[in-house]
Order: sequence, then structure tokens, then C-alpha cells
Amino acid sequence: MTDNPNPTAKASGRIGPPFWLLAELTYRCPLQCPYCSNPLDFDNTRQELTTDEWVRVLRQGREMGAAQLGFSGGEPLVRQDLAELIAEARHLGYYSNLITSGLGLTEAKVQSFQNAGLDHIQVSFQASDPELNNAVAGSRKAFEQKLAMARAVKDAGYPMVLNFVIHRHNIHQMNDIIELCDRLDADYVELATCQYYGWAFKNREGLMPSREQLVKAEAEVNACRERLAAAGSLMKLIFVTPDYYEERPKACMNGWGSLFLTVAPDGTALPCHSARLLPIDFPNVRESGLSSIWYDSAGFNYYRGDSWMPEPCRSCDEKGKDFGGCRCQAYLLTGNADNADPVCSKSPHHDRILAARRAADHATTGLEDLTYRNPENSRLFFRG
Amino acid sequence: METAETKGIPRLRVGFRFQWEPAQNAYVLLYPEGMVRLNESAGAVLSEVDGERSVADIVQNLERRFPEAGPLTVDVLDFLRDARQQSWIDIR
Repeated sequence: MTDNPNPTAKASGRIGPPFWLLAELTYRCPLQCPYCSNPLDFDNTRQELTTDEWVRVLRQGREMGAAQLGFSGGEPLVRQDLAELIAEARHLGYYSNLITSGLGLTEAKVQSFQNAGLDHIQVSFQASDPELNNAVAGSRKAFEQKLAMARAVKDAGYPMVLNFVIHRHNIHQMNDIIELCDRLDADYVELATCQYYGWAFKNREGLMPSREQLVKAEAEVNACRERLAAAGSLMKLIFVTPDYYEERPKACMNGWGSLFLTVAPDGTALPCHSARLLPIDFPNVRESGLSSIWYDSAGFNYYRGDSWMPEPCRSCDEKGKDFGGCRCQAYLLTGNADNADPVCSKSPHHDRILAARRAADHATTGLEDLTYRNPENSRLFFRG
Repeated sequence: METAETKGIPRLRVGFRFQWEPAQNAYVLLYPEGMVRLNESAGAVLSEVDGERSVADIVQNLERRFPEAGPLTVDVLDFLRDARQQSWIDIR
């Protein structure tokens, strides 16, 4: 009955339109999660796009054919114009998703977003108990607020979609997390182990679970799935494991400049929300239209197709499947973003992944040793 | 002929939005962080699903819209069963 909605540039030999527009409205956030995907020097970013500028971006994206819109950040709720932007998105025909920590949310705001036409809200959690949750989030009241807002979202008639970021300090809590979600009557639960970019890369040794922890957690999740199914629960559990334990890289973003277009708070347009760390000049929506950015800019064409690939990707029969993996990961781990993603066992740099796995077996880094994502720490990364 | 199945009233599940998508030149179903592009017959059936019409009403409307297609009860029921399996709709 259905067919693939997203023929990629590679398959069709031409560049298709962006399907996903991610609007990172702000880098401001009341939390300080040490695995935040925002850039380390986020506090160096000034001059957020204005409401009018965002509206123009939304219109241009929709004209090009983007259908899914994400509002994220930072914490998107700190933008006072969020309801206005949601209304514009609905008017344009986007399916809009709000990705929030729940901090700053109120029942009245949920109602106003719903009236404006918001389609979906995802609330992120840090752990299943208040102590650990609040320690990781660097906020004292976060947990109770999140519980209340998860309920408010559901009461408004939305599906309850919860996201737990998993790392070595909470991966032993799978049973408790899933029990909490079941109690809340969640519809979808994403248990997503950290991806090591931004602050998470900086803190990798203190976040990455050992293989032993991972195997145990997977078994627990599977047992919970069976228990829930037997009890007639419709809750869907998605467990995302770290690619550091894979032998082949992920097909990152389904290929560079293929489906995803991120616009950062200052208007920088990126093929993914991490790409800002690459030594590539990316265009800005203040200077160019979205269409010319997507189709014509040097930044978006940088890694399209496969002519840029060195060995072992160039002659690899899997290059059409994973596109050589993630450019940001290649850059972070080898210093050259052209290289094969070191997750691949064919990569000459795969030893760096193996070293990270060994380190995870012996890591003693405590929560208190992590570098928390806050303006003070951020300044360390851009002041000489 | 009315049966328990054709008396049922299908509706889109919460979180799903059905709309015409010019860039896809097709009807699509949007849901959290995803989309399915519908073929013509799936699009035609879902365009009749409004949470009020019964399966029998939907079949009648479609047979009126597409007289050349002949009787449609079996096809529509097949599709709706499939759509329910995919969690796109529920049927009251």
C-alpha cells in the first residue's frame, strides 16, 4: 500500500528536497546535561533569529517540500514566540514536533500549543529517580516537573512520548525506567544511549557503558517487552544502542544533505545538528534562501554522492548502504572528516573505537567528574 | 449487505495526520517524526475516513467516485484491516 517516501539523492541520481527541518530555536537551557549535543562553545553564539526570520525559514522549507518540523534547542520553551511559530507551522502544513525537557512547560502552555496546532510533544528524562535525574540534569526540581508535564501532555490528548538518555550511570535502571513509563501510561519510550558528539564526546569516558552493562540492559529491556506484551500493554519500547559497539557504521542522517536540514539558533544551516564542529563553512539563512543553501551551497554539497570518499570506503561494496558512516565521528576520532567512520572494522582507525570500549570496561569517572553543559564551562572552549 | 465489519466507524489514531503533499504529488500520512506516502487507492480510502462515516458509507462513496472500479467492499476492508494492523486507525 505504501512506497518509500524518501528516495535519496544517491538512489535517484539527483538531490531530493529536505524532508525534515530541525529548528534549533535557542541554545539557552535551564538544564546542564553533560551529554548535550549542542556545540561546546554554544555560549559564543549570539543573535538568535527573530520571529520574522524563523517564519521566513519555515515558509521556504515548506515550499521546498519539508513535511516534518522539529522545534528543539537548547530548550525551545524559553522562546516567547513558540506558540506563534507553531501556529505558522500548522498553517503551512508541517507536522510539528516539540522536543523539550519539560522545564518551563505548564498545562496552560500545552493547551496554547495544542490550540496553535502542535502535533507531537516529546519529553526527555535523565533517569527514573529524582536524585539521579536531578544530578545529571544539574537542576533540583527537574524530575517532579517532568512527571507533571508528561501527564499534562497525555491529558491534553497527545500520545505520551518519553525519551531517556542512557549512559553508564543510569543503564542499570532499565527495569525502573520502564516501570515508571508504564505507571505514567506512556505510549512510546525511547531509551537512547548517548551519541558521542558535543558535550557527550567531551565526557565520553564518563558516559559510555561497558559491553557488559549493555548486554545486561538489552536483556532487561527484552524481558520487559515480553512482560508488557503479556499484560496487554501497547507501550512501544525503542532501545537505541551506541554505535561504538558496532562493526559497521550507521547510515548517518541517511546520507549528507539527503533528508535533514538543521537551522541553528543563529541561522547557520547544517546537514545535521552536530556538523557545526566540522571545519567547513556553512551558509546562514540570514544571507541566503533555504533553497540555494540546500541545492547549491558548498557546505551542503561537500559530502553528497561518493566521489569524496577515500579508501577503504571508495572500493567498498557497502558504501551505498552506510555512506561511509558519520562525518562528524570521523573528524572527532581521526582529525579528518573524509575518513571512514572508525566504527567500521575496515577503517584503519578502528583501534580508536576498540580503545574506547576498553576504557569503558575500566572507567571510574563519577557523575561529579563530568563537564556539565553550562555557559561558564562553555566559555572555556572559546576563550583562548 | 451490512455486516459487523461494514458497520464499524474507522478514524485516524491520535497523532496521525492525513493530507495532500504537493512535493510528493500524493496523499501522505504524517505521524511523530515520520511519514508514509500513500498510493492512489490508499489515499482515496483514507480521504473518506473522518471518524463519522461507517465502512459501508465509505464503500458507497468510493463506488460513486470510481464507478469504473466495480464493487469495492472487499478491497476497502482489506486496506482498513491493514491500516489498523499498522496502528494508523482504530475502528469503533
